[in-house]
Order: sequence, then C-alpha cells, then structure tokens
Amino acid sequence: MGSHVLRPLFVVVGLVALVLIARIFVVPEDFGVGARGYMYGWHRPGNEEDWKNFTVKYRTAEYCNGCHADKYTSIGQSAHAAISCENCHGPAGEHPSDPPKLAIDRSREQCLRCHYPLPYAASGRGGIRGVDPGQHNPGVECSACHNPHHPSLEGLK
Amino acid sequence: MVHGEAWTLKELFTYPNEYIYWSIQIVMYPFMTGLVAGAFVLSSLYHVFGIKKLKDMARFSLVFSFALLFVAPMPLLFHLQQPLRGLYVFMTPHFTSAIAAFGIVFSTYGAIVASELWFVYRRHFVEAALPLKEKSGKSPVEWFTYLVFCALTLGVYDVSEKSLEKDEKAVKVLAAAGIPVALFLHGYAGFIFGSVKANALWMTPLMPVIFIMSAIVSGIALCMFTYIVAMELRKLFSASRRRAAFRALPADHSPAHQGRSLQGAEPGVIQITSRYLLLFLVAAISLELLDLIFRGYTAVKSWDVLRSVIYGKDFISIFILQYGLGNLVPLILFLMPGLTVRRALLGTLLVLFGVFMMRWNVVIGGQAFSLTFAGYMHYHLPIIPHDYETFKEGLAGALTVGLMPFPLFWVMSKIFPVFDSGGRHE
Amino acid sequence: MITRRNFLRSALAGAAGLALPITALELLGPRRLRAERYDSSGVRWVFLVDTYKCVGCGLCVKACKQENEIPYDANVTRTWVERYVLTRDNRLFADSPKGARDGFITSRIDLGQGRYQDIKKEDIKKAFFVPKLCNQCENPPCVQVCPVGATYQAADGVVLVDRKWCIGCGYCIMACPYGVRFFHPNYHVAEKCNFCYHRITRGMKSACVDACPFGARQIGNIKDPDDPVTKVIMTERVAVLKEEYGTKPQVYYLGLSKEVR
Repeated sequence: MGSHVLRPLFVVVGLVALVLIARIFVVPEDFGVGARGYMYGWHRPGNEEDWKNFTVKYRTAEYCNGCHADKYTSIGQSAHAAISCENCHGPAGEHPSDPPKLAIDRSREQCLRCHYPLPYAASGRGGIRGVDPGQHNPGVECSACHNPHHPSLEGLK
Repeated sequence: MVHGEAWTLKELFTYPNEYIYWSIQIVMYPFMTGLVAGAFVLSSLYHVFGIKKLKDMARFSLVFSFALLFVAPMPLLFHLQQPLRGLYVFMTPHFTSAIAAFGIVFSTYGAIVASELWFVYRRHFVEAALPLKEKSGKSPVEWFTYLVFCALTLGVYDVSEKSLEKDEKAVKVLAAAGIPVALFLHGYAGFIFGSVKANALWMTPLMPVIFIMSAIVSGIALCMFTYIVAMELRKLFSASRRRAAFRALPADHSPAHQGRSLQGAEPGVIQITSRYLLLFLVAAISLELLDLIFRGYTAVKSWDVLRSVIYGKDFISIFILQYGLGNLVPLILFLMPGLTVRRALLGTLLVLFGVFMMRWNVVIGGQAFSLTFAGYMHYHLPIIPHDYETFKEGLAGALTVGLMPFPLFWVMSKIFPVFDSGGRHE
Repeated sequence: MITRRNFLRSALAGAAGLALPITALELLGPRRLRAERYDSSGVRWVFLVDTYKCVGCGLCVKACKQENEIPYDANVTRTWVERYVLTRDNRLFADSPKGARDGFITSRIDLGQGRYQDIKKEDIKKAFFVPKLCNQCENPPCVQVCPVGATYQAADGVVLVDRKWCIGCGYCIMACPYGVRFFHPNYHVAEKCNFCYHRITRGMKSACVDACPFGARQIGNIKDPDDPVTKVIMTERVAVLKEEYGTKPQVYYLGLSKEVR
C-alpha cells in the first residue's frame, strides 16, 4: 500500500477540480480582460451592451420640435428658452404613443428652483430675480398669472 | 429604503449617498477570522515548537479552530447584498482586490487545518470504524457512524507504528505551514481595511500587523476561556455522576475510585498560555498606540476630523471600553502574582471584549466621519429586528454568528474527541 | 554540498515553481486576447462643470433620477448638487438636502437630524453651488477593489457596474473617495453615475447636461482636439476634486473653491 500521507492532498486536488469544472458552467462565455487590463478591465463585455441598450427617457427639445415646432420656435425667443421642455413637461419617452399625455409640473416649487431668492454673489443664482414665496401670493400656482413660456411682464396673463 | 439608512444618523455635511454600509457583520468578520487564526497559532505552539505544557490545549484549539473556520465566512454571507453570488469570488476572482484573495487563502487554510486534523485523528477513525465493520446486524445509528468514520479514514486502515510516525511528521509540517497561512489569512483581513485609501482612519500599513497581533490575542483568549469552561463542566458532570454512583453503591468507597476522578482546568496550562497571551497583548497595544501617536504627530488633512472622533465622539468606546476595560484591566489581572482559574476566566473574557471593541472602533469608527471631513455618521445597532435586513445587520445577527462556533464545536467533538480519556493517544 | 551550479539550478527551479501559480492566477487565455481587441476607438469621455454657472436648481438631479431609474424618493442619487456658504466669521456651512433633487428653495442650511441653520444675507461672505457626479477616474479605486470583476472600466473611460455579476459586498462603495456609489434600492447591487452610457454611446448628451438650463454641465471626448470641452480643459484653468488620492478624476471644474470637499 502506497504512502497514505498524500490522501488529504488528493481530496484537495479533487475539490480544486470541482471548482474549475464549475467555472466552465458558471462563468459567462465572454468574461475576460478588457482594454484597461486586468486591474481595471476584468469584466463581461456583454454588460457594456446591456448598458448601451438601456432605455432613453429624456428625448431633448429637438425631439419635441418634431411635432411641436410652433411652440419650439416661439419659446426659443423667450427668457426661458434655455430650459428644456422636459424639465417641466416630464420625460417624453415614447410620447405620443407612451405616454399619450405628459404630466406637467406646475408646482410653485418647480419655479422656486431658480426664483427663490438666494443672495449668493459668487454664483449665477445671485443674479436671478427672485420672489419670497411666503409673501408673493402664497398657495397660488405661478402659472395662474405668469406664462412660463413667456415669463416677461408683458407675458402676464 | 436604501441599504444603511435604517441604522445611520447623519450630522452636518455628508455626501447624499453616504451611509454606514459596513455594519456589525463586518465587525464580526475580522473578529471571527482573528479567532480562527489565533486558535491555530496556539495549537501550533505545541506541534511545531514542542511546548509540552500546551499539549492539552493543542488538540483542543485545533478542533476549535476548525469549528470557527466554518463560522468565519458567515458574517460575510450575511453582509452580502447578493449572498447567492458569493461563490463568484471563486469563479472570476479579481486579485487586485483584497477580498478576492479570501477565497484562495481561506480554502488553503481550511485544507491545512482539515489535513492536520486528519493526521491527528486518523488512528481514532480507524479504531472507531473497524469494530463496527465486523459487527453484524448494525442499528441505523451504527450504520451512520460506521459510514461517517469509514469515509473519514479516506480508505487508509494502516495504523502500524511506522505509519503513525509518518502521521506525526505530517502534523508537524502542516502545523508549521499553517502558521504563516493563518497569519496571512488575518493579515490580509487587515489589508482589506488598511488598503482603502478613501478611508482616513483605515489607511495605514500597520493595519495588517495590528490585526494579526490582536487576532492571536483573541484566539488564545477564546481557547483559554473555552478550555476552562469545558474542563470545569466536565469536572462538575463527573462529580455528579460519581455522586450518583455512590448513592447506588455506597459500599464502593475505595480511594482508588477517587483517584480516577477528573480534574478541572490545570493551573499550569492556564499559566503558560496566559504568558503567551500577555506577550501578544503588549505587542498589539504598542502597535495601536504607535498608530495613534503617529497620526497625531503628522496631523495630515484628515487629522482634525479624526481627532474629533477619537477623542470626542468615540472616546468612551475607544479609551474606556477598548483600552481600559479590554486591555489595561486584563493586563493587571494576568500580571498579578498567583493567577487563579477564576481570575484567568475573567481576564480572557475582558480580552475578548477588548478585541471586539477594537474591531468595532476600526470598522464603525472608520465610518463615523464623512468623506467630506465636515460631517459625522452615527451607527445605531438595530436591537429588535423588524425585517431580515435589521435582523442580519443587528444584534440578533451578531449573536447568531458569535454563538455558532459553540454548537459546531460540540458536534465536532463527537467526531474529533478533544479530551484525552485515559491517555489513549500518545 | 552547495556548488554554484547546484545553487543556480535549484534557484531557477524554485523561481519557475513560484512563477507557475502566479501566471495561473492571471487566467490568461484566448479570451483575454479576444477581449483586447475591444480596444479604444479614439474616445475618452470627460466632464466639465462650470461652478460659476450653476444656480442650484437641481433640474439635473431630477432628470438623472428619472432617466436612470433611481427610485425618486430614495435618499440616494447618481448626481447631486452641493451648496457652500462661508460666513463673515469664517464658518463654513454646506448641505445637499435630498441631493438637491428639488433644488435649494430655502436659505436655511440642513445640518442633518432635523436641525437647520438660517444665515442672514449680511453674514454671507461667499456662497456658491457645486454639482457632483462620478469622476470616471483614470485609476478608479472602486474597480481595483471589486473582488469579482463586476465593475470595470470600458475602453472609453466610463466605469460601469454589471448588475448580473455584482455580489453586493460594498467594497467599491468604501473605496470611492467621492462618495458617488451606493446600493440600488431595487437591484441590491452597487450603483453609480455612468455618464448616461446609453445616451453618450448613441450620440446624445447625458441627461443632466441636457437638463441644465445654464450650461454648467458639459460632456465631451478628450481625445478629440476639436471638442469644445477639450478646448476648455486644455486652455483654461481647471481643477479636479481630491487629487491627492491619485485617482486621476476626469470631471474637470471651472471656478473650484478651496472650501469644496
């Protein structure tokens, strides 16, 4: 009978073999070292495709322009031209098929994002006209008086 | 709710995504790993360096180390958000990560301890299996025992003097090889923390060494504690059994019978073990203080917030509980002349508590301040669990992990008899 | 007896014996060779933040959360905006309530735990906003510490997380000095800003860039010398966050102040 001393080693080798066999079944086919080497690029390239296929929800004002060209042009002249449609109208997604109607954010808080007066001279916020929401017609939606698409005083409804 | 939100209180300026993501289970993890490593080192002191006085302790701590070995990964699994994917560490290991090494180092270490156990207990397996093999008409229990021990022999039934000599040699080699692996196992647990450059408290090259030292301290302390408790319990049991026997047979009151009565924990064993405990305890404290002094002296950018945590918010848990109650008091207890078993028991308990607090102060303390260095986070340990998350990352989860080694040890001692009954083993 | 020949022979054998397991660890193979062909296409995404232009409206955060399906009310976010207020008596206050998802519509500073600090207009010495997002570091520490290769850097510099492979250990969260990572409340895996990878690879801009009315956020390709972002980074005075960590962050800031954390 051979040396029994090596028996535990056989068990260990068997276990290692089991792990190696399991790797064949569990590890995705494409797993490997990517462009950034083993330290930064050890991954499953298929996942890059997964992320690329993620759904776009915000389609940008250009997408809105496809149907609502009139609005796009007229708002483009106003002081709020810089604000993208979807910031208030919500992400377009597959609109008009899904959703057929967008939920518009008309809340006072939406306007106060910029128009709450914060006297921060070192930032652009200091230069934006603000109103004290506690004093200025509290409880009323801003759009009741102001046209958000033409916010200048002439645009008052 | 976001993971971590349930037990994190944020104060002043913190980043929005900051929470205490590593909670009690990550405190338990280095604590349990430390016990594994420490218990093994203690057993190796006998096998490798031939410290004869530790003979009783050696077999005991080896089996205990094996029991702890199965518990050590439990906190990790509890902590993972995707515990079912835990084995991916073996599938696609990324060795630039300290955690990826866990799979390899841990398995290597496990293999060494298991092999050493096999060589130590091989003769016992054969002696347990052979009589059952010959016996005809085995009961189901006997069948089960037979099969277990049969499998454990790995097909070797040779218990000649020559083969047993080989066993002893193998044990010596494995015990020697196990020491660096055990130290590495725990040193790397320290590396997991020490290498996180984003964390001002953790990032120090001393971290692995500090972890190794305190690991040995805690391992020795736990072995001493369990040894004392187990021996005293045995004494108690055998005494009551004897008393019952006396009652049944009052005539049999011979002094010979008394002579065979079992003794409790041996003061000699306790004495020598506590000396090693002290040695490593002093080393651990020195290193931790060195780290603290160095941070204060160099006072880099993060020092302001670290100081406010160490000397302010965490003062009690660091200086009173960890250094005071967990280090200084047991140091005095062990250094006072005439060490009694009871005092040793208290000392080991305090040492264990001190090491636990050290892990706590590293893991939780490292997340007590924000990455902004301008805010704080407080950890509120969930005591009463109201969902799975607050169970596993709360007191209940920690207790589950902390108590698990004892039933496991009990089961294992059925297969690997820890206590010499009548000196059957050499 | 140890002769030189014997010594060399055994030394060589020892070295070879050591090298063998080390090469095995790297798991070299045809997979790696094939993967290396994914190499760069001349794109390296970078980000430019102009803190002078930011007014703290938080529309970027709102858009990001909806675009990237981060539960809207969960207290985690891929991008956020911080407010810094320095008072005349040199005290620094900073906050980012809900990551500035709803902007800053109060002058009170959020101190956490339900406490607030109001600062009078005349006490303000300096105040401004700083948008934050993933820096897509050139040396991403989060990627380095991932034990399974679930987070990685694509050839174009963006660091991504594989939701099917992440084990949720949280090591990457601990390793990021910028605090950009968190656990996704629904998927229970590590999550972070990826520059809207699905948008930039389709020729669009990231959602936060499109949502910003003031042009405070811009995204570009640093390998393209004609890219306006590249031009600013190359010719103007820009800074990055926490350079001392050696992560080489790729989000550049105009007008960064020393108070910024």
